[in-house]
Amino acid sequence: MRVLLRHPERREIEIAGRRRVGELLAELGLQPEAYLVIRGNRLLTRDAQLEETDTIEVRPVVSGGAR
Amino acid sequence: MRCTKCRGQEACLEVRRHNAAFCEACFLEFFRDQVARAIERHKMFRRDEPVLVAVSGGKDSLALWDVLLDLGYDATGFYIGLGIPGYSEPSREKCEAFAAQRGARLIVTDLESEYGLGIAATAQRTMRTPCSACGLSKRYLFNKVAQEHGFRVVATGHNLDDEAATLFGNVLRWQTGYLGRQAPVLAEEDGFIRKVKPLYRLAEREMAAYCVLRGIDYIVDECPMSKGAKSLLFKDVLNQLEAVSPGTKQSFLFGFLEKAQPLFEEHEEVELRPCGQCGQPTTAELCAFCRLRAEVAQPKRRRGRGGKAARAPRDGTPEPATAASALPLVSPES
Repeated sequence: MRVLLRHPERREIEIAGRRRVGELLAELGLQPEAYLVIRGNRLLTRDAQLEETDTIEVRPVVSGGAR
Repeated sequence: MRCTKCRGQEACLEVRRHNAAFCEACFLEFFRDQVARAIERHKMFRRDEPVLVAVSGGKDSLALWDVLLDLGYDATGFYIGLGIPGYSEPSREKCEAFAAQRGARLIVTDLESEYGLGIAATAQRTMRTPCSACGLSKRYLFNKVAQEHGFRVVATGHNLDDEAATLFGNVLRWQTGYLGRQAPVLAEEDGFIRKVKPLYRLAEREMAAYCVLRGIDYIVDECPMSKGAKSLLFKDVLNQLEAVSPGTKQSFLFGFLEKAQPLFEEHEEVELRPCGQCGQPTTAELCAFCRLRAEVAQPKRRRGRGGKAARAPRDGTPEPATAASALPLVSPES
């Protein structure tokens, strides 16, 4: 699956295999309170299943300073 | 997971501190309800009272503007061009696009062209850090422009995470003056108009979710001049606590407002007078904004960030951090 990340800078990574949103965030070391996971124009909860063919955005929501 | 409210639709967002997961429709209803509750509980403004909404192009201020319009309030946006290369231009465009889309009124002020105080240039030519100059200028202009256009209340997009982080920073250093002035409403007094924070009950993640669901295009990237700001550290720490114990941020902030904030309120009489130059309220001959303008007009050699800055008179401007301080001061109004 393609994962668009935004910090520390905008980048895309490829991750093999299916997994749930919560598992992905844990693997990436990201706090669930600090991110939204978006597929297309839909928000995903932590139990949502991500497929190998998906393209998703992991969007930081915390503002108040550049990292 | 299913929506815990209507039990019909697929949930799109969990709000763990409320033991809830909402579908899109129920989340939007929850969001509006939390804002309405904040406005009513704290008597922020009446239905017939025009509100000036400070907007930056970010998720919080655009969400605020959107929900106030949705709730039927007369909400005008106010954008300040800060003169930050690569950031101010797209930020302003987001506000203009939103205003056009909603048929809402937007007032725009430019710090550099109107006051000679673009943040990037000001930071280079004075002893103030960019964040300090920015905060000072925004607070000054919110007040001045609101008065010029006949508004009696300014609303800002501070959310639960912002307020909890500010509180946290001020408690760590026991900034009792700031603690006494952190509240969802700052009443009108002595030339300062009323300032309100209608989003204070909602978490940052819920702001972003609201914008995504409402199709609001906001600027996601952070201000490039704000690298290393301590507010991010405070937010990270609080989010770690929140992950382990959902509701921590809310109980910290709401508990403070209910039980502790009144204990820090100061009732000393402060003598305010009109600034000799612009007429805005200040304790000194000239207000901090006019002094900053004068300083920029006559650039001095920077002493570097290790030097101790002169103490600024009390006119709502926080003192800049000194080398001796481990953490910067966090004004509840910044």
